Parts: sequence; C-alpha cells; structure tokens
Amino acid sequence: MTKRRVLPLVWMAFSGGGVTSAMFLPVLVFLFAFAFPLGWIDPPSGEHLRAILGNPLTFLVLLGIFTIMLVHAAHRFRYTLYDGLQLKWRWQIALLCYGGAVVGALAAFLILATAMG
Amino acid sequence: MSDLTWRRPISTWWWLRKRTYFVFVMRELSSLFVGWFVVFLLLLVRAVGRGDAAYHDFLDWADSPVVIAVNVVGFAFILLHTVTWFGVTPQAMALRVRGKPVPAPVVIAGQYVGLAVVTAFIWWLVTR
Amino acid sequence: MDESNTGSVTGSVTEAITMRVTRWRPDKNTPPGTQDYDVPMRKEWTVLDGLNHIKDELDQTLAFRWSCRMGICGSCGMNVNGEPRLTCATFLDDYAPGPVRVEPLANFPIARDLVVDLTDFMEKLPRVKPWIIRDDDAVLGADSEIDGEYLQTPEELDAYKQFSMCINCMLCYAACPVYGLDPDFIGPAAIALAERYDLDSRDQGARERLDVLIEHEGVWGCTFVGECTRVCPKHVDPAGAIQRYKLKAAQENVKAFLLPRGRR
Repeated sequence: MTKRRVLPLVWMAFSGGGVTSAMFLPVLVFLFAFAFPLGWIDPPSGEHLRAILGNPLTFLVLLGIFTIMLVHAAHRFRYTLYDGLQLKWRWQIALLCYGGAVVGALAAFLILATAMG
Repeated sequence: MSDLTWRRPISTWWWLRKRTYFVFVMRELSSLFVGWFVVFLLLLVRAVGRGDAAYHDFLDWADSPVVIAVNVVGFAFILLHTVTWFGVTPQAMALRVRGKPVPAPVVIAGQYVGLAVVTAFIWWLVTR
Repeated sequence: MDESNTGSVTGSVTEAITMRVTRWRPDKNTPPGTQDYDVPMRKEWTVLDGLNHIKDELDQTLAFRWSCRMGICGSCGMNVNGEPRLTCATFLDDYAPGPVRVEPLANFPIARDLVVDLTDFMEKLPRVKPWIIRDDDAVLGADSEIDGEYLQTPEELDAYKQFSMCINCMLCYAACPVYGLDPDFIGPAAIALAERYDLDSRDQGARERLDVLIEHEGVWGCTFVGECTRVCPKHVDPAGAIQRYKLKAAQENVKAFLLPRGRR
C-alpha cells in the first residue's frame, strides 16, 4: 500500500503554478503594468473589462490561475528561505508562506466575486 | 567512539560563489515577484470593479515611478522564470511520442508556442 | 630521454605548478590549513599524478584516496579550485600557471587531509534498495537452483542504462547546495540509482523505493539546482532522474488518495 502524503500534492500545484505563471504573467504584466499605464496602448474601457470580469468563466479561470500561482510562489519562496538564507524555523516559514497563499486565494475569491457585479 | 572529523560550515553567501548557483537563486527569487504580480492584478480587478474613477486612479498609481521601478525589476524576474522553466522541462520530463523520445528543442519550442497562443488570446480579449 | 615521459618530445621539465593542498590531522582544536607543493608541470599529468608525486617525492604524510586512475572507480573525487572533480580526469596544465587549490570533496566531513568521511552516503544508499527486487524468482527451477536468465531487449536496457553509469564518486553530493545545507536530504546519486532500478524491466520493487523517497528528505528536498548533473563525470543526469521521480511519486500519491485500499 502506497503511503499518502500532502507534500507531493503541494509539489504538483507548485509545478502547475510554474507553467501557469510562465505562460500567463508575461502578457498580463506587459499590458497592465506597462502598456496601459504608460499609454503605449490605449487602455481598455472600464466597461469592457467589467464585461470580461462579469463572465463566470473568467471568474473561474482567474481564480484558478491566481490561486495556483500563489501556491507556486509560496512553495518556491519557502525553499528559498531554507536554502538561500538558511533560515531554519521550519514550521514558522511554512505557515508564513502557505498561509500567505491561502490568504491571497481568499482575497482573490472575494475581489473577483465582487467585480463580477 | 567520538567523532574525529571536521565539518566545514557553509557560508550564507554560498550562492555568490558560482554563476550557476547565482542564476539558480535569482530564479527562485522570481517567486517573490510572481506573488507581487498576483497582488498587483488583484488590485487592478478590485479597481475595475469599483468603477471608472477607481480604474483610472489605479492606472495613475501604476504609472508612478516607484511602482514602475518595482514592476520593471519584477518583469525581468518573471521573464527569467519563464525562460528557465521552459528550459528545464525537457530534463524534468522524459516525453515519448509513439515510443520515441521527444527531442529537447521540440519540447522547448512547444512551450513557447503555448506562450504565444496565450499571449495572443489575452491581448485580443483585452484590447478588442 | 626521460623514459617516464613517453609521448612527449622533451625529456626535461622546466615548468612547475604550485598545488595548494588542504592538510588536517584529526584535532578538533585546529582548523584545516593548506600546504603548498611545487610539482613538475608535465603536459599529460593529472591532479592525481601531482598528488602521487607529492606523496612519493615530497611529503609522504599526505593522505588521499585513489584507485583506478581512469575515471571508473569513483575514489578520487576532490574539490579542485572549488569545483568537484575526479582528480584522475583533471589535467594540471589546465590550471597553469597556478596555484591550483586541492581540497577535500565538499559537503562531507574531513577525516584527514584530502580524505572525507562518506558514512552518510553509505547509510543513505541502501535505504533506496539499489538492487533488483522481485516478488518471485522467475528463473528458479523446481529445486531452487538458478535455471535461466531474465531476458531484456535493447530498448528495455536503454530505459535505465544512463542511470546505471553512476560510479558513486559523490561529486554530485559535493555540488548540491541542498545536501550541503540539509543533512537529511538523501541526495542525487541515491535517487538516480533508485530510478535506475525502478526503470529496469527485471525489477518489481518500485513501491518499496517510493515509500522511502516520498518522504520529505527524499525527492522533495531537491529544488532542481541542476549542479549535480553539471559535475557528473559519467553523464548520469541525476537532476533529470529526480524530477522524473517527483512526477512519478506525485502520480502514485494521487492514486493512493483516490483508489480504495485494496487497489493501491
């Protein structure tokens, strides 16, 4: 009988989040952190964005990708603190990192749900 | 019997000693900016949901020097993440199609095609 | 003509290189230091040749491990100018004009001079059961005598051959920052060897190895730095083996959650 462990599941989320952030973040950051604020491209109207956000499919997709990217970041940062900075407070770091991801995911749920209108 | 060996301590700066270690740590630090951009995008969504005034305030805030500076650094890090993630995938997964191993350049190119498709779709969706 | 120098044109050596070698006698009060030795720079000499010259001609008290001097026994691993290398496969004149630093293999406790204590690896390797495990002994005859061979196609051999090239030289452990920082981590070679047996068509022990490697100090400690693969002299690619093992372990873990007891 194979043992059941949580860490492999977290790793799968980390892995999925890695692919997701690699694929989705470049365009999202380019448009919303540079092109639109700096006026390189005319920003879309608030109305248009609200129409996109109002779609339940958008809600699900964005909730999914934000959550998995947060788990990816949390998992990777946790190990960076262990190895890079050699901070050895195991459970405190895990709590801070994964806890932060949970808080972020909850915030994402609330913000996306509210923006659905 | 007592331990008659000498254990050499590892310096906190071990990752500065070799270029590959340095790139590795930079790659891992990209996680910080992945987290930051999720927060940034959530702030955008919240602003949009609150109406046009809030949305435009957000764009103005995003235009400010400090935010631009952070985002430029962050963007560099997430591009590093994308490039390194795509680069290691062939090593991490021994993909086989019809019994033959898929060559590494094909795996890497395939991911960039995926990136192009996602980019094109989102660009279109947002700017149409 | 100097007979010991067959293959090179000149018989005499005009150049020398300084080898800066770590010295330490077991004494907790004195940290390791270095000693400089001037060694002739012969074109085809390796660092190991230099060390043997030191021991034969200059200082017989120097302690170091070596055996085959041809990159197959895995005994002569040391850190040369900070890089984990097989000293029998590292040429002195690549470091000209020198000095070239020769230190004990990184991430292992020093036993004496250039000799390291490999007990930790010796304890970890058997944990992954690096041998063919079978539920049955398919080739035993009625009288329990060996009665045949396991058959394996070239394709089945290719599936694991790369990982079977490991000579247990420990260069990967010296290169791995995770192993250096977390003594519990089971390490690259052990996991690569587990994968070698898992992929061997004759083996049926994948589950037993998974039970060991699915723990925190198994594969999950690895953060895919990849340095182990870069330093491996036999092109085993332990980093690749570990990442594939993680995926396999994760898939088995999902099955363990989803399937009822009997089927896991």
